[in-house]
Amino acid sequence: MNDLVQNALLNVNIAAILPSLILVCFGMGLLLINVFLPRGTTRHAVWISLIGLAVTGFFVYTGWGNPQYGFNDAVAMDNFAAFFSITFLVCAALTILMSDDYLRREGYPVSEYYPLILFATAGAMWMASGTDMMTIFLGLEVMSISLYVLAGFFRGQVKSNEAGLKYFLLGAFSTGFLLYGMALIYGVSGSTRLTEIGVYLKTHASLLDNPMTLAGLVLLSTGFLFKIAAAPFHMWAPDVYEGAPTPITAFMSAGPKAAAFAAFLRVMEYCFFTLKPEWTAMLWVLAVLTMVVGNVIAIRQTNIKRMLAYSSIAHAGYVLVGMVAANEIGYSGILFYMLAYTFMNIGAFAVLVLAGKKGEDNLTLEGLSGFGFKKPFLGVAMTIFLFSLMGLPPTAGFAGKFYIFAGAIKAGYIWLAVIGVLNSAISLYYYLRVMVYMYFRDPEEDYAWVAMPGAVVVTIIIAIAGVFYLGIMPGEVMELAKQAVF
Amino acid sequence: MLDSYLPILTLIIIALCFSIGSVVFSRLIGEKRMTELKMSPYECGMPPVGSARERFSVKFYIIAMLFIVFDIEVVFMYPWAVMFKRLGLFGFMEMGVFILILLVGYAYVWKKGALEWE
Repeated sequence: MNDLVQNALLNVNIAAILPSLILVCFGMGLLLINVFLPRGTTRHAVWISLIGLAVTGFFVYTGWGNPQYGFNDAVAMDNFAAFFSITFLVCAALTILMSDDYLRREGYPVSEYYPLILFATAGAMWMASGTDMMTIFLGLEVMSISLYVLAGFFRGQVKSNEAGLKYFLLGAFSTGFLLYGMALIYGVSGSTRLTEIGVYLKTHASLLDNPMTLAGLVLLSTGFLFKIAAAPFHMWAPDVYEGAPTPITAFMSAGPKAAAFAAFLRVMEYCFFTLKPEWTAMLWVLAVLTMVVGNVIAIRQTNIKRMLAYSSIAHAGYVLVGMVAANEIGYSGILFYMLAYTFMNIGAFAVLVLAGKKGEDNLTLEGLSGFGFKKPFLGVAMTIFLFSLMGLPPTAGFAGKFYIFAGAIKAGYIWLAVIGVLNSAISLYYYLRVMVYMYFRDPEEDYAWVAMPGAVVVTIIIAIAGVFYLGIMPGEVMELAKQAVF
Repeated sequence: MLDSYLPILTLIIIALCFSIGSVVFSRLIGEKRMTELKMSPYECGMPPVGSARERFSVKFYIIAMLFIVFDIEVVFMYPWAVMFKRLGLFGFMEMGVFILILLVGYAYVWKKGALEWE
């Protein structure tokens, strides 16, 4: 008993959680400041949360190459966690930048929005740095609960309510799967530490074909696959993405998805490396299914937010290809791809934030007729983001897909890479169709309502810069991603 | 061995005497004015009979939620209090952080007016 306490006290290492600690402090401080200011004042919240994200980013950056382990190996702030943390922070910062004007237009200038984003980001960071099942679960819950609230943030809109409720019910259900998987694995190995589970399964080879181990593996995977919206666990994504506030849709499709990939990757690589042939075979099927389902159904969509939701499912499929490859280039490709996807997807949603009228009923293909000529800057920006989502050079999407498919080919999954490239070809159709409507249809609207608030324009410019930087000079970031994988 | 249970036995006897005594004596010497309201079964001020499909004010849920949060706070303090000496200053500070976080929530809830009924 005494040893246990001593051991716990000796293994505290605040440095391992310092960045997320700072972020949470900013979130709580902001929450307190908000209640003492009159309703509807949100500018300060934007600035404070941006400063909080920047300070957190600074501490993550200075910790690069200097991994910190703490709390009896429950948390590891290593390069892997640091790379993903930067992705989450970029994602949160861009989301916050485009949010304020949007919230005002929709009539919900509520300052609780910003602390919730900060908390969700902190939760994502715990997921990426968790090396214990419990830390990962805790991070997942902090992130998810904030997102449930954010998805249903427009409480007067039926669609937003639907999104919030649907996400909450299905999310809670999938959390049950995840927790059941954790419980079974704990029952098998007697530990919740990822590394200890891995060692135990390695030294007790008879457990590898034990039904309980396999059931635990499958249930754990189900929980994570739900969060990354991989088929056949993708059903919630279109409704939630369509109903949620547009900046939140952008945030959900990039940050939390990356967080789920980070935790999934770490769990698979730390705990189940002895079962690699089994889970890569499973993910092979799911990757193909996810790519095909996402891309084929996206073709039928006329609502742009819904189309981007299906495209986001398809992109989760591409990233799963990297996991199937399960080699250095595949894994670092995942890290690279999630950062690239953050820039291109958030950029695309930022354009939609400006293109929408109050209520966003006009965000359909027809509604964007002639948009590119009436608003040249936004048209060009949207074109760049769509090119990147298609995966055309010289954009970030091309570099990301290149690394992931290269990893698959190197691991011998030629057919998987072929299916991935074919799916990219399918995706050309629905991305190009947006451009056809933007440039080759006569405008029915004058788009006079489209204002260009500075913050959103800055978001778009940063996203364009990110897309081109990662597309033209992917080497540097890829080098960092390679240092980050196990 | 059984001697150590003597105080408990004493307590039970005193409690029995007090409860039975107060019922008996109030019946013997108390004044009685019966009204319809007084004779109806006690249900915390709610009408005891009615449709089960009643809608409750959302305020009940808020209060219940807040109660859970601050109730859990105390639950966590019990194991900490048991281990207080061994955890030392570090444990004290950790608990301070924990309470501070809940205090932030408390201040938020209070200022937002969630504790006011009307």
